[in-house]
Amino acid sequence: MIGATTLFGLSSVVLIGLGLFGLIVDPRPLRKILAFNLLGSGVFLLFGVIARRGAGAGLNSDPVPQALVITGLVVAFAATALAIALLLRLFQETGQATLDPEPSSSDAPAPSTDS
Amino acid sequence: MMQDPSILLILALVLPVMGLLLTLVVGGRYAGHIALLLMLVGLAVAAAMVVSVVRADDALIYPLGGWIPPLGVALRADGLSAIFILTTAVVVGATGLFARAEFRTLPGQPETRTSLTFWALLLTLWGALNLVFLSNDLFSLFVALELLTFSAIPLVCLSGRAETLAAGLRYLLFALFGSVLYLLGAVLLYGVYGTLDIGLLAERVRPEPVTWAVAALMTVGLMAQTAVFPLHFWLPPAHAGAPAAASAVLSALVIKASLFLIVRLWFDVMPALMTPAAAQILAALGAAAILLGSVLALRQARLKLLIAYSTVAQIGYLFLIFPLIVRPESVAFAAADLYTELAATVVSTSAWSGGVLQAVSHAFAKAAMFMAAGLIAQSLGHDRIADLSSIGRALPITVLAFALAGMSLMGLPPSGGFAAKWLLLSATIETGQWWWALVILGGGLLTGGYLFRVLAPALFGSRESVAVRAPVARYREVVVLALALCSVLLGFVRLGTFDLVQIGRLAKAGMGLP
Repeated sequence: MIGATTLFGLSSVVLIGLGLFGLIVDPRPLRKILAFNLLGSGVFLLFGVIARRGAGAGLNSDPVPQALVITGLVVAFAATALAIALLLRLFQETGQATLDPEPSSSDAPAPSTDS
Repeated sequence: MMQDPSILLILALVLPVMGLLLTLVVGGRYAGHIALLLMLVGLAVAAAMVVSVVRADDALIYPLGGWIPPLGVALRADGLSAIFILTTAVVVGATGLFARAEFRTLPGQPETRTSLTFWALLLTLWGALNLVFLSNDLFSLFVALELLTFSAIPLVCLSGRAETLAAGLRYLLFALFGSVLYLLGAVLLYGVYGTLDIGLLAERVRPEPVTWAVAALMTVGLMAQTAVFPLHFWLPPAHAGAPAAASAVLSALVIKASLFLIVRLWFDVMPALMTPAAAQILAALGAAAILLGSVLALRQARLKLLIAYSTVAQIGYLFLIFPLIVRPESVAFAAADLYTELAATVVSTSAWSGGVLQAVSHAFAKAAMFMAAGLIAQSLGHDRIADLSSIGRALPITVLAFALAGMSLMGLPPSGGFAAKWLLLSATIETGQWWWALVILGGGLLTGGYLFRVLAPALFGSRESVAVRAPVARYREVVVLALALCSVLLGFVRLGTFDLVQIGRLAKAGMGLP
């Protein structure tokens, strides 16, 4: 029988792994944004586990990580909102939601190398 | 002079935020005036901070709300922070002056959204940079980095064209990848050592597996935000469509912030982990960035992209300081202990000074170059390098500024870039690491190559003068020239001045190491 902290700790590791995999491997921006959220959730869950493990005598958990997780959630939410807004505008402008180098519309030649 | 100079730390953070709020209240018409006024005050604050740090010969510390770490969070300005705060104030101020022509609202014209957005974002970016340089807590640093990213990205895609949106999104994805890895590292550190305060961590961190994992996670995360090879892909496209002023702050300052954090991390938070092997790996990435960035810059058809790839290359130089500060064991040839100790001290300071001088002179030079490229693009309507023939006749001051800034990048005496590269070179010789000297020299040659591609036709084009579509304001040219001159004049600064870097350092990394 494994304890709750170990179980949650392992779940956070799985979430982090899945998120990292999606963020790096999947080329679609929307999937990347979702993967980022998964990864972020894993990190916050890990922080929660650390708060539980670091609890002082008579307390349920260490309050510092909890305060930091709340701030982190707000930041991650703002990041997601910004990314989605950018992606929506990109979709409105080009009709597609990809980051593939499209034929450049400006008069200057597109960057010839990589990415 | 104020009674308690640590109030300057608060002022440096409050000024930009105050400006941002005022801007949102009064609207875009007066945003430019407010921003420029505050930038002037900010410059004075930054100068006062440098003076105070030098006078106190120690770091300024401001515990927020009077709570001392580990209970509270403190702001801390050591010599390194003070130098970067001053550089930021100068470059942001110059950018504001330069951008005034583009983003002001003339009397009688309706307000534009772009102008309000630009000033608000520039102020936010400035505040976020100051927060990065002053924070002494890994979580505040995370928030500061995110704030920096969120203000830099809308600046990149200010024009709203599809390619700039794509570039902004790519930048954001890289930055988020970086920041979440950084946060994961911070979380693990808290789990092991129970604090996020840099000063307390420095005392507690031990070289053990989890700390190595943290170092790897945070370094990779911050490298993605600094655009170091092999995570540099987002930088050139982001520059391609950004306004000249946004490019200037992005290359000169924004990527330096995450680089500053890498330096803080390795030398202040985890000095115990800075082994010669780790230092050599970091420097190898830097060397690859120098060579690859320079070669790609040689191949670009557009002036702006050439400068962007040059940034990728110049950032690489800053990674060479790691092995020069931490000497590999192979150099411990001096038998006498006294001599070894002496050599270590000398080497470590000259590499430090060289690195900081490189960062600062690159900031001035690159800001000047991006602004010059912006003026050229504005007057010609394009920035194709092949059609820049005799632009020097149409825009003499701009091209002079570009050439002076280029001189500093190449490392021609007497520029700041020369002094920086000279210090780095002498450090490579003193520590017996000749292979990094080859990289520094090769990088200088390649830099000369790609700048020659621009300057030779611009100055000595044989064809008749190019058709100038739109004239540029003379004062903007003067701003660019002033920045370029700053970069060159840094070479005349007495090197002792850069001992400022050593003031208030937590751990003298490299001095106690084998």
